[in-house]
Amino acid sequence: MSIRSLLVNSLMVFALCATPYGQFNQQAQLQASTDVVIFSDPSLRERYYQLVAELRCPKCQNQNLADSNAPISKDMKAQIYSMLEAQSTDDEIKAYLVSRYSEFILYRPQVNSGTWFLWFAPLCFVLLGGLVVWRYAFTKTKASSVSAKLTAEQQAQLDKLLEKDSAQ
Amino acid sequence: MNRLALFAPLAVFLVLSIFLFKGLDRDPTELPSALVGEAFPAFTLLALNDGRLLSEQDLKSQVTLVNVWATWCFACRIEHPMLNQLADQGVGIVGINYKDQDAKAQSWLEQRGNPYQFNIVDAQGSLGFDLGVTGAPETYLVDAQGVIQYRRVGVVDQRVWDDEFKVLYEQLVGKQK
Amino acid sequence: MIAELGHFALIIALGLALMQSLVPMVGSFKGYTAWMRLGHSLSYGQFLFIAISFVCLATAFWLDDFSLKYVSQNSNTQLPNQYKISAVWAAHEGSLLLWALILAGWTAAVARFSRPLPLELRARILSVLGAISVGFALFLILTSNPFERLLPMTPMQGSDLNPLLQDIGLIIHPPMLYMGYVGFAVPFAFAIAALIGGQFDSAWARWARPWINMAWVFLTIGITLGSWWAYYELGWGGWWFWDPVENASLMPWLAGTALMHSVSATEKRGVFRSWTLLLAIFAFSLSLLGTFLVRSGILTSVHAFAADPERGVFMLMFLAVVIGGSLMLFALRGPAMQKVASYSGWSREAMLLINNVLLVSSLTMILIGTLYPLIADVLELGKISVGPPYFNFFFVPLSVGLVVAMGIAVFSKWKATDSKFLLSKIPLPLAIAVVGAILLPFVLGDTDSGYSVTAGLTLLISLWLLATIAIDLKAKIGTDFSRLAKLSHSYLGMQLAHSGLAILVLGVGLNAAYDEIRELRMAPDDSATISGYQFDFKGVNPVAGPNFTAYRGQITVTKGGKWVANLFPEKRQYNAGGQVMTEAAIDPSLMRDIYVSLGEPLSEGSWAVSLQVKPFIRCIWLGGILVGLGGLIAATDRRYRRRKTLLENKRAEA
Repeated sequence: MSIRSLLVNSLMVFALCATPYGQFNQQAQLQASTDVVIFSDPSLRERYYQLVAELRCPKCQNQNLADSNAPISKDMKAQIYSMLEAQSTDDEIKAYLVSRYSEFILYRPQVNSGTWFLWFAPLCFVLLGGLVVWRYAFTKTKASSVSAKLTAEQQAQLDKLLEKDSAQ
Repeated sequence: MNRLALFAPLAVFLVLSIFLFKGLDRDPTELPSALVGEAFPAFTLLALNDGRLLSEQDLKSQVTLVNVWATWCFACRIEHPMLNQLADQGVGIVGINYKDQDAKAQSWLEQRGNPYQFNIVDAQGSLGFDLGVTGAPETYLVDAQGVIQYRRVGVVDQRVWDDEFKVLYEQLVGKQK
Repeated sequence: MIAELGHFALIIALGLALMQSLVPMVGSFKGYTAWMRLGHSLSYGQFLFIAISFVCLATAFWLDDFSLKYVSQNSNTQLPNQYKISAVWAAHEGSLLLWALILAGWTAAVARFSRPLPLELRARILSVLGAISVGFALFLILTSNPFERLLPMTPMQGSDLNPLLQDIGLIIHPPMLYMGYVGFAVPFAFAIAALIGGQFDSAWARWARPWINMAWVFLTIGITLGSWWAYYELGWGGWWFWDPVENASLMPWLAGTALMHSVSATEKRGVFRSWTLLLAIFAFSLSLLGTFLVRSGILTSVHAFAADPERGVFMLMFLAVVIGGSLMLFALRGPAMQKVASYSGWSREAMLLINNVLLVSSLTMILIGTLYPLIADVLELGKISVGPPYFNFFFVPLSVGLVVAMGIAVFSKWKATDSKFLLSKIPLPLAIAVVGAILLPFVLGDTDSGYSVTAGLTLLISLWLLATIAIDLKAKIGTDFSRLAKLSHSYLGMQLAHSGLAILVLGVGLNAAYDEIRELRMAPDDSATISGYQFDFKGVNPVAGPNFTAYRGQITVTKGGKWVANLFPEKRQYNAGGQVMTEAAIDPSLMRDIYVSLGEPLSEGSWAVSLQVKPFIRCIWLGGILVGLGGLIAATDRRYRRRKTLLENKRAEA
């Protein structure tokens, strides 16, 4: 594909965005099919998918409950389902599972004394970076310590380079 | 001051490599039980052979090895002779027959020997879920007060017994006396 | 016999690499021209012998030589031919050989294409690359020999290649990715050579830039391909999981991007010298760290290679020598950070600094998150997991900041930008962005579900960036498109790459806002409607493939009565190993993907089926490709291309 056609494609995306083309996000109208997991309330479904994405399968090689078919995942998903139907809060569900399977199953680590570095270091880094930008770009420093005049050695180097350059 | 700042990346790397080195010894898949130090979860389930009702109170008389097993679990067959041997040595072993069928479990035990003082039938896996069981075999060391002291995920063989269980078991038995 | 030949070639390559790491370097100190020149022939020789070794391994796969342990672990007589070849790099030993081959390839390329550089610098660069090759060759020969034989009990049949890898993705993704990973060894070598020689100036930056760009392009495309492959191969519609192995590729990419931008300031204005050197060291160090993390068993990942503590120790020692050594060299000989040239406020230098801060902050955050489970375990804080919620929490705002800054940076000038000028440029693109962000979600979404804040925010920043780029282009070429060709490749590449990023962000955000996933129980002749598309389930039939049997479902998709697609998702069972795999069926398009996969069979002939409508998801990979393409165009800028000069012709004759 040429550069031009690629650019055209990208512009097309932009243009199509403005066209009243698609109607997304409609509620699924089920004619003869039902959900595999049926909730009494649609808001529970949202929370269910949120939870199974955030919780880790204890037996798998780094997969969340949503993507895993291990027997223990199925058990945990069933437990989450029944607790949601029983009006438990998200925190209660997580606490229930953590008390049995440990913090390992939380993909969002808890904020406690063991994880303060994990949760606060990135912010500190950004602030540090901001400080660097402030110091180097936005404050007026004293005149540069590097002299503007060339030393004899530097002058000789410069002459040599200019010589090479003019020969090219 | 500037020159010192240039050493910072090296310092960070050195700290990092210490962690990486220590990490090589660790097994990231090994998951310690969330229930160590906690009381054995409450349950009301049937026993395998005689159908009597069991609860967590039945684990409070002595130091016990609670072994989660099933006939569909291939590794359990490999582990079984070791359990028989431990039972002969006087170690109290209780089984949880996890997500299995009674008839199959009974004939399995008749074939291979029965090291268990009694077997808890956990057909739905509800007790297993409360214990944090992720599969079979798993073995819990429970003291005479019914508190879980240790868990092993995987087969218990001679080496595992010697390295991980033996000392703690003998300590707990000593305390009981 | 062929395997022994391959093994022997590897050992010869080790010897050549050893010579290459010593002779030119010593020659550079002593001023022995012949020794320095030797670096070139040694590079070509090393490449030749590693290539021979690689071809021997590939031949063993082609001929089904199961007496080789590596072949028997990763192949099978029923395996289609193209996968037999790509199986060469499917597991640890072979992929390491690929690493070594690509490293030798880059080294030979440096030998071939770096004539403009002074001989001293060239010699040192080749020596550093040679030293790295020595490390990998030793690693291969001592701990990870792909030519190890299984004698006398040679199996009649192999274990088969993991079905997930029996795909075109395996053929292209790892080679592309490794070209990038390994490619950063070149700027690394440039940096080390500069530290040794004490010369780090604009000239050095100009010579290093095309190499940095090319490595970065390959890595960009490699990561994009990896994401796309995971999407269609894994069967549940995700495209990024913040898995340690994925992070291991993203971190060098972020460092490489920061490096690319920092070096442009070093070339143009001589600033950020220490920082650029440090980044060049970091980028490759992160590549090596990634290699270590993935192959040592220290982290859990779906992608990880089989672990072996002996290999872990070797790699860690290698890491300590290379990274520790280079950082030590940097600390001792790096230029002390004085201000060489001054720049103020909203100058381009300041914008590049902001770019670097945001990229490096993201990089550090990902490093901390990826390693924290390990750190917590070592410190006896327990076993914790760090996953997508953590990474997204920080990465999203950092990326938003980056895109906003990118838009401002378009109008910045070197040394200083008049703040009035800058302020005058902002209202127009901002207005476009705000209008688009307010109105478009109503067009794109459903009136019932209301305004999507995610979509609005995404449109705000993407349109902002695209508008600033369009405005700047318009200022340069007016309406005369033929003038596009006259703009420098550097500029065109930059704008294309930045536009690509805007499109990528658009894809990520809009997909997150409008993605619809339903898991339904479907029996033959059941149907369901999602996001305006109707899915008719026609049932499931058993079929047989070249090395598997499968249940193949048929689903007809229509929209408003008009036919859209017939989709055939499969649930496969592979003959050799019995593994079960989900093969999703996708109807792709730029506006939306329709994604269907089979779950478990349920009672009475019905199946659990996952139906997904994924708007704009393809923009993610289109954006990624454009970013890579932009980098490629920038790398071919005229000022990097060799101009044969009178002086050089004279030298060639000599």
